Amino acid sequence: MATAPTSEAILAGTGAPARSGGRSRLAAHLPRFVLYAVLTLFCLYYLLPLYVMLSNSLKPLSEITAGGMMALPGEWTTAPWSAAWSSAQVGVEATGLRPYFVNSILMVVPAVALSTIAGALNGYVLTKWRFRGATLVFGLLLFGCFIPFQMVLIPMARMLGLMGLAGSVPGLVFVHFVYGIGFSTLYFRNYYAAFPTELVRAAQIDGAGFFRIFWRILLPSSGPIAVVCIIWQFTNIWNDFLFGASFSDFDSQPMTVALNNLVQSSTGVKEYNVHFAGAIMAALPTLFVYAVAGRFFVRGLMAGSVKG
Amino acid sequence: MRRLTATMTALAALGTATMGQAQDVEVLHWWTAGGEAAALNVLKDDLGGQGIGWQDMPVAGGGGTQAMTVLRARVTSGNAPTAVQMLGFDIQDWAAEGALADLNPIAEAAGWNQVIPAAIQRFATHDGQWVAAPVNVHSTNWVWANAGILDELGLEPPQDWDGFVAALDAAKAAGYVALAHGGQPWQDATVFDAVAMATGGPEFYQKAFIELDEETLGSDTMREVFDRMAVLRGYVDDNFSGRDWNLATAMVINDEAAFQLMGDWAKGEFLNAGETPGEDFLCFRFPGTQEQVIFNSDQFAMFDQAGAVSDQQAALAEAILSPEFQIAFNKVKGSVPARTDLEADALDACGQQGYAEFKAAAETGNLLGSFAHGHANPAAVKNAMYDVVTAHFNGEYDGEVAVEELVTAVQINR
Amino acid sequence: MSISETARRPGAADRLRDALPKLVLSPTVAIVAVFVYGFIAFTFYLSFTDSRILPSFGWVGWQNYENLFRIRAWDTAVANLAIFGLLYIAICCALGLMLAILLDQKIRAEGAIRTIYLYPMALSFIVTGVAWKWFLDPGIGLEAVMRGWGWESFSFGWIKDSDMAIYTIVIAAVWQTSGFVMAMFLAGLRGIDSEMLRAARIDGATNFALYRRIVIPQLRPAFMSAFVVLAHMAIKSYDLVIALTGGGPGTATELPATFMYSYTFTRNQMGIGAASAVIMLMTIAAIIVPYLWSELREKS
Repeated sequence: MATAPTSEAILAGTGAPARSGGRSRLAAHLPRFVLYAVLTLFCLYYLLPLYVMLSNSLKPLSEITAGGMMALPGEWTTAPWSAAWSSAQVGVEATGLRPYFVNSILMVVPAVALSTIAGALNGYVLTKWRFRGATLVFGLLLFGCFIPFQMVLIPMARMLGLMGLAGSVPGLVFVHFVYGIGFSTLYFRNYYAAFPTELVRAAQIDGAGFFRIFWRILLPSSGPIAVVCIIWQFTNIWNDFLFGASFSDFDSQPMTVALNNLVQSSTGVKEYNVHFAGAIMAALPTLFVYAVAGRFFVRGLMAGSVKG
Repeated sequence: MRRLTATMTALAALGTATMGQAQDVEVLHWWTAGGEAAALNVLKDDLGGQGIGWQDMPVAGGGGTQAMTVLRARVTSGNAPTAVQMLGFDIQDWAAEGALADLNPIAEAAGWNQVIPAAIQRFATHDGQWVAAPVNVHSTNWVWANAGILDELGLEPPQDWDGFVAALDAAKAAGYVALAHGGQPWQDATVFDAVAMATGGPEFYQKAFIELDEETLGSDTMREVFDRMAVLRGYVDDNFSGRDWNLATAMVINDEAAFQLMGDWAKGEFLNAGETPGEDFLCFRFPGTQEQVIFNSDQFAMFDQAGAVSDQQAALAEAILSPEFQIAFNKVKGSVPARTDLEADALDACGQQGYAEFKAAAETGNLLGSFAHGHANPAAVKNAMYDVVTAHFNGEYDGEVAVEELVTAVQINR
Repeated sequence: MSISETARRPGAADRLRDALPKLVLSPTVAIVAVFVYGFIAFTFYLSFTDSRILPSFGWVGWQNYENLFRIRAWDTAVANLAIFGLLYIAICCALGLMLAILLDQKIRAEGAIRTIYLYPMALSFIVTGVAWKWFLDPGIGLEAVMRGWGWESFSFGWIKDSDMAIYTIVIAAVWQTSGFVMAMFLAGLRGIDSEMLRAARIDGATNFALYRRIVIPQLRPAFMSAFVVLAHMAIKSYDLVIALTGGGPGTATELPATFMYSYTFTRNQMGIGAASAVIMLMTIAAIIVPYLWSELREKS
């Protein structure tokens, strides 16, 4: 089994009470108890902000401004949630976040798909069709991950204008594609590096071409790393604000811009409960992906990105 | 640079033309809070009645900085919005780039010159051309007080600095937080605005912050302004840094704090909490600035669409200055109309007082742009001054060093 | 040894076939060349110009750099990045490794716990920042709650303290990414050959020695991936700082990314902003390039 704990082998000698000789049952169970206690403690650390957000999203604003920010709601209400979804003011029209979901999805899906495909092809070439300077090319692609996005804003705007993509969804998809290449190539390259080259060579002797080998041999086993790459890109692109705000038009603004409009207002009344409801709502698609694909995620990371 | 911008805006015009949106206006703004957006709807409906569509492009955050970043990307990409909400020097900067449309025909027809005070025109016009339509006038030298606490302590709204300090002492002695304040640079600077005006008077303020006269900036009066800031620091609770302004307002609402120094938008928080001006809370000018109004004004600038101002832009500009919109908008925003010829009956007590004071100040030359809100000097200088005010308020250095730093900041960034 | 070289035969069609891999690679390489390296070159050029509100092309030489180094906040920002980056990467790796090892002990409900550790990555910091800000605020957060429970002397006011505020950024940043790092290490642990461990076990190695001598050294590739991801996050940390402290108290938590944004866009000093971006990039390159070099060279 692929995901068997390493500790299985380690604990084989110590963990089981039967082999621990003279130790009592209690003593053998104590470390397990401590283990669970530590894990639970960290669960609390990770969940605390979520608690603050959830509990505040379920109480009336008056309770929050009266100072009860850490308390459970005195009066439970789902009004902030419905407001954030369909009636909160995020612009001139009180539309809530609902219409912006579609914009985000129209942007995220092609951008994730394109950068994943490009990453897969790049990884394939860089590992199975190595040429002189392949490592250098990979290094250069990877270094692209590190440029601060604030820096590229103005030149990117100019280029999009020249390409006729300014203020459009394809423009946004293009931007996210460009800055997603580095990481997707990293994931696939490391994954394919561990893939037996003999298989590729054998197929080539049988007369299979470049794309046929990719399609028939590498792609079918790329599931795990594709999950990793998709999760990573999805999270980054879904949560991006800077590009979404700068390169969108009135009819293509993504979720994060709407969320930002909901939350940031310098001189208006701040409805914190609606803000928190909106924030959790905006994160639901990614949370959903994590919960569903979490298992494959670790399996995928295991199979690929962390192996040289 | 002018030519580059001109080409880009021409490109923008081409873009809008080919996209077949000639009948619409695209408006970039950061008014997304409930009341503000509802007020903008008045404008939208007005235009809708004339057959002009409204394409909404809201980008909130940082008091408009986020929107200005987006604007730069949009202009660079040749896709400039038709109309953009702007503040103070941003309007002048964009006008200097040659990017804004000339609104003179509309202004002349509607007589803007007669009804809009010169201090506001200073930002709405560039080289004698109207380039922006002012929506409102906020003023920042307000004190918001908890009426209950003042009653309990037997205090009247103080009239001068010493009186204010005495009132703060009384509140502090009674166990209240004397001054509710949020430690963010712009909030520190808002307090600084009022203190500087009260300490040195309008001429000092004008010389120091608007003319950036180095002698005045380095003067003993400025030293005293900083010393008074240090005094105020003593009345703020320990927990002030990073606090949002509205949470500071909530302290006054919740009877935890006696006073807050904040612009007139704070009123919205009181009203939203169900309080009544004059009964539950009091609004009065910062002691020593009873006659002065330190302002900032939101305006809409029109981006040049191939030379002349378009019909839609003209309609929008006219609608913004229409008496109905000016009253309807400012009623919910907490600010006052930008034109001085309206009846203020529809505004609440604080609004009426503010409007009367604004008109009086405009007559007497007491209407001055707020340094804290970018209506006294350009962004680079303003932010460099923020650094000094905030560092001093947080105790990084004393008044003497602060004065020197202020002069250096202006020298580097002017 | 590359396939394309061993399989080389003459002929136009063959030459095309040989060139195909490079042809497939070339569009993305070209895109990166323009949109990454071209833009870096453009920024480099801008840093020598008098650009203010929009790019402008009047040459001013080193003036922007001279001004940059006269600004106190820049020194603070650079120092903060060093503190923040080091602590953030070190703590995330240590915590991630520890949690991965703990979670690797045949834990019941592993899936649920793993999701709990991972979920912070999914949330946008625009709002999570507010939750953290309240939680860390002595007046309403942890300190107030502890005192409310009767622990009167409890004090936790780092976020209000110029010297300590940067550490609260570390706490929140670690919260956001350590779960992801945990997943990477967990995956690494699961990939280790258990036969080798069993053999070592029989030789009488203790648990501690097993992890130190055999398990952790094998996690090296996982460390590399984690380092790349974390370094990239540390350098780009912007939302986090803006939401949590706004760079304050004073300028105590300014980072190069916030500095650059503020000078380029808020303060209309695009030239100085570009100069800071160049310095930032060169610093990144000085750290990342040797590391990537050593990691990649070994494998090829």
